[in-house]
Amino acid sequence: MAESAARTRATPAAERTPGAVAESVRAYRLVVGMWMRSTMAYRASFVMTALGNLAATALDFVTIVLMFSHIHALGGFTLPEIALLYGTASTSFGLADLLAGSLDRLGERVRDGTFDTLLLRPAPVLAQVAADRFALRRLGRVTQGVLVLGWSLPRVDVHWTVVNVALLPVTLLAGAAIFCAVFVAGGAFQFWAGDAAQVQNSVTYGGATLLQYPPGIFSRELLRGVTFVVPLAFVNWLPCLRMLGRPDPLGLPGWVDFAGVPVALLCCALAGVVWRAGVRSYRSTGS
Amino acid sequence: MTQSGEPMIAVEDVEKVFDVRRKAAGRLRRERHRVRAVDGLSFTVPRGEMVGYIGPNGAGKSTTIKMLTGILTPSGGRVLVAGIDPSRDRARLSRRIGVVFGQRTTLWWDLPLRDSYQLVRRMYRIEDARYARNLAACVELLDLGPLLDVPVRQLSLGQRMRGDIAAALLHDPEVLYLDEPTIGLDVVSKAKVRGFLRTVNAERGTTVLLTTHDLTDIETLCSRVMVIDHGRLMYDGGLDGLHAAGDSERTLVVDFARELPPVEVPGARWVRSEGPRQWLAFPAGDSAAPLVAALAARHPLVDLSVREPAIEDVIARMYGAA
Repeated sequence: MAESAARTRATPAAERTPGAVAESVRAYRLVVGMWMRSTMAYRASFVMTALGNLAATALDFVTIVLMFSHIHALGGFTLPEIALLYGTASTSFGLADLLAGSLDRLGERVRDGTFDTLLLRPAPVLAQVAADRFALRRLGRVTQGVLVLGWSLPRVDVHWTVVNVALLPVTLLAGAAIFCAVFVAGGAFQFWAGDAAQVQNSVTYGGATLLQYPPGIFSRELLRGVTFVVPLAFVNWLPCLRMLGRPDPLGLPGWVDFAGVPVALLCCALAGVVWRAGVRSYRSTGS
Repeated sequence: MTQSGEPMIAVEDVEKVFDVRRKAAGRLRRERHRVRAVDGLSFTVPRGEMVGYIGPNGAGKSTTIKMLTGILTPSGGRVLVAGIDPSRDRARLSRRIGVVFGQRTTLWWDLPLRDSYQLVRRMYRIEDARYARNLAACVELLDLGPLLDVPVRQLSLGQRMRGDIAAALLHDPEVLYLDEPTIGLDVVSKAKVRGFLRTVNAERGTTVLLTTHDLTDIETLCSRVMVIDHGRLMYDGGLDGLHAAGDSERTLVVDFARELPPVEVPGARWVRSEGPRQWLAFPAGDSAAPLVAALAARHPLVDLSVREPAIEDVIARMYGAA
């Protein structure tokens, strides 16, 4: 995320020094620190929402478990296999949501004019916006994702070769990067359409939910959409199918299972272009 | 005004055109309109000057300030602030300017005032000694001492504004932009803010550009005033000249001991009466003293006050005259 923040920040070439990544990380940490302290000003409220969040996300998986008390397989997937999909999707999305989820509130800052004050600080704007309203309670989703994943791993029928072992963390990180790119691009879109947050939510939150289920239960059109348009399939579906030794419903060539990292990099680069265009458009149209 | 060579702010033929879409009646398609918010603006401000920038709502004041800070890119013309093109080098410029938006705080709502200053210190990488010195100066002059450990949400509007002004000055900016710094403040807070700005300008030589609706701000602070309307510079000079150009009038409000018919005094014009109170208008450039003396000689007075002309009236009169 930090890397993508640096790469995509909207500053003229003259300012893009080798220390740009470090600058972005530094600004991000400074702003995150302020928001965490702000949250702690209402300690009881923080504890309540954090617990509430954890309970809500936990119930989310309980739904699936309850479903499996009536059926033995969903789309040909057993409960531990679904848990693998669920755990990877939740962890990746949770990480992205924690790091950059606030970008979906950018429209508010554009509308009320407070985005201007971010432009006046000597710090990369994307890093500031990504850190805006940082909410530690979002750690709840990551925790739950990791727990479900940890439960599934000893129970799924995966031959743990070196490739499969390496594929798992790489998949989680590439997945998080893809979701971050979606957050950045979606945030940038709000420069043009201030109320586009719901469209973005359908891709981010909707996408994360989609990825928690086996691809076989969805229509081919939808699968094509999440493979080639918004490449969410690379977050966990394709690599998980390989680990589980199952064919993917679209019949793509085998190497795409490993395409997560290049796809993530491509997504971040595209998101960077969109972000820069967004900031440029803001600065020439005003509010 | 020929201090050290280069002007601090140089604006040359600057334009800002906005595309505004609005629904055309009876059609689904939207019509595009081009609005010239700033239209061929040129001026320079030398280092260390304090300039009032006034005009009615929507005249282009905020748009100008946004172009001078790099938030907006001009559609045409050239802007240089401290030798930097704001829209191309916004981040570099940000270290050399301070900005206060009167209606928009940069302070952290739920945290003590001090925490916001700490963030400024880190973001601008202000050295410890300089930070300590600047903070101490602001705390003393703006009376912030008892407020430093209070969460910003508990501050009054005037206290918050003082806090915001201090936040904009901790990194020693060479230029300070203030957009309505006294809006909504009580008389005491206004006086404090004005006194502080005067000190900063005198001691640090900070160049100040301030927009306001309060003519007293200009009177007490600025040797020069620029009037903008419809994106064009209508007047640029001293405040006296502005009153002369606008034929503006001050108002003397007199409470007589009893109800009287409209009084007639040389040098003033009766405006209206309300019971024993009467309103008399006289040229803003004249002194009120001879007028008061003439009135007191004829009728017993209970009370009186002088009201300054509102900026809107001065500007409206300028157009009437033009």
